[in-house]
Amino acid sequence: MKFIKNYQFSLVQKSQKIVLYLFLIILTLGLFEALILSPQDYLQGDSVRIMYVHVPSAWISLGIFSLMASLSVMVIIFKNKVFFLVAKSLAPSGFIFSLVALVTGSIWGKPTWGTWWAWDARITSMLILCIFYLMYLIAWRIFENKDYVTKITSFIAILGFINIPIIKFSVDWWSTLHQPSSVNIFSETTIHSSMLIPLGIMTAAFALFSLLIFLMKYNTELIKIKNKGLDRL
Amino acid sequence: MISEFFYMNGYGYYVLSSFLFTLVCFLGLYIITKSQLTKEQNKFNVKFGELNSEQVKEAKKQKIYKEIIATEIFSKI
Repeated sequence: MKFIKNYQFSLVQKSQKIVLYLFLIILTLGLFEALILSPQDYLQGDSVRIMYVHVPSAWISLGIFSLMASLSVMVIIFKNKVFFLVAKSLAPSGFIFSLVALVTGSIWGKPTWGTWWAWDARITSMLILCIFYLMYLIAWRIFENKDYVTKITSFIAILGFINIPIIKFSVDWWSTLHQPSSVNIFSETTIHSSMLIPLGIMTAAFALFSLLIFLMKYNTELIKIKNKGLDRL
Repeated sequence: MISEFFYMNGYGYYVLSSFLFTLVCFLGLYIITKSQLTKEQNKFNVKFGELNSEQVKEAKKQKIYKEIIATEIFSKI
């Protein structure tokens, strides 16, 4: 970038490298902990290691969608397109995390429940979340009208947010194959520290990855705007 | 030792395929995002290189943040 000395650009570009290196370091540490150091489960054996990719992916996909919905509400209230740009930049990593949560959950289901897939409340609601992400991304592809795309993607994000508490509480509200939460903020965590530590490290690594993708996407969007600015000269 | 690691008491296929799928997804998303970023950067460099000195001055005055708010520029993902 030759002339861009814009503060926002410099910050986004510098932080990309830092986040990438941090992600690689923490991911390596997390993989070592998850695959080698962490113990087997007394019931599930080594298959419990799938938890270290499945659970962080599910958490982050839920977190990203909640953030996108909040930003969409702010777009409607404040009419500020920066919120919209942030939400748009978050969507691709959120989709990938929801896909990873679904696929790794399905792989974990085979040795644990004896089936790759069940139309269980938690799994079905996660599939619905993945579909909402897909709808959000596809809306950008198919709608040409910029005002319409703002409205439709905000609507998708806000409507999809209704599904978030359903995912969270599905294991409490309905009788499901899926086990209840082992990690709780407001009540006692039932997972042993030897498993909680690798889970925490992998969650940090995944969060850094989503931040990295967000920064890259946001930077791309800024450059696209700058390019359109140059076209007007 | 290594074969034990890959076997994982019969769960190796499930565990390693889960990790592999995750890493492949990460790598794929990173490559796609990086290529989109590089493409836009290259496009910018070409466009900027074609500007005359007056246009360069004007371009330097453009503020991205203001542009986002003031204009309705959207792009597809």
